[in-house]
Amino acid sequence: MNCSVITFPGSNCDHDAMFATEYSGWKVKNVWHEDKNLPIGTDLVIIPGGFSYGDYLRSGAIARFSPIMTDVIKFAQKGGYIIGICNGFQILTESQLLPGILLKNKTLSFICKDVHLVVENNQTSFTNKYSKNEIIRLPIAHGDGNYYADEEIINELESEGRVVFRYSDSQGRQTEESNPNGSINNIAGIINARGNVLGMMPHPERYVDKTVGGDDGLRLFLGIMESL
Amino acid sequence: MNKYSAEIRIVLRNGILDAQGKTIESSLRSLDFPQLTNVKVGKVINLQVEAEDETSAKKLVDNASKKLLANTIIEDYFITLTKVE
Repeated sequence: MNCSVITFPGSNCDHDAMFATEYSGWKVKNVWHEDKNLPIGTDLVIIPGGFSYGDYLRSGAIARFSPIMTDVIKFAQKGGYIIGICNGFQILTESQLLPGILLKNKTLSFICKDVHLVVENNQTSFTNKYSKNEIIRLPIAHGDGNYYADEEIINELESEGRVVFRYSDSQGRQTEESNPNGSINNIAGIINARGNVLGMMPHPERYVDKTVGGDDGLRLFLGIMESL
Repeated sequence: MNKYSAEIRIVLRNGILDAQGKTIESSLRSLDFPQLTNVKVGKVINLQVEAEDETSAKKLVDNASKKLLANTIIEDYFITLTKVE
């Protein structure tokens, strides 16, 4: 199974994403943002975290027009699997592959810490190796992670089970205190209607082995491989 | 061709949480400026446009604003054009 990890100027989680996918058994290629085409045979695209183009204008707004994104959008339209993590999630919303947008954190601080998440939907191609309502722990590291969409879109996401991860405390309680950035309904990760594009602010690629602090991210990369 | 100077003022739409505006407002309050409220933080982009006339200059800037400069899910934008002599 072939995974392509895109690198933009300012990406800084691309190597972690390559490590995590290789570690979970993927054959991985790194793709430069100026390339026009994804490698032939790509099964999964990862748009990694970082600060593409210095987060100038809006996070993800300029990367969204990098040459490779034309093919990434085509890949998504054909049903190809994409995971956007952190800045990758921001790029996916700017590309309109996912609805809504990530605003500045409510506190204005850059937040770098571990958070707990509830796996709300384990029926996706990505999360099939988690249990429903399982509480997992992953790191976050962002300044713009405050998920916003208008009421109609939020209702659609909620009613269609497209909120995949929600911030919670260690007991799974989804309170204001356990919401690090002010996201509507504690939303940490969503999926598109077709089920092939996942965006999330927490970093599963940083937690794939207990020696680095946790391995709750590993099953995401194993799960999507099994779905293919 | 004519040259125009354009200023694009981008502000968060009403109802969108403006965390910077709120923080500045609370700072103003603590500095004894309680009369100053409803603080909003936006951005201003200045650029030059070459176009046949003002209408086509405005259209160009409007297209660029929609495509890149503003995200209309959360932002409104206002364009001011001035002819450069």
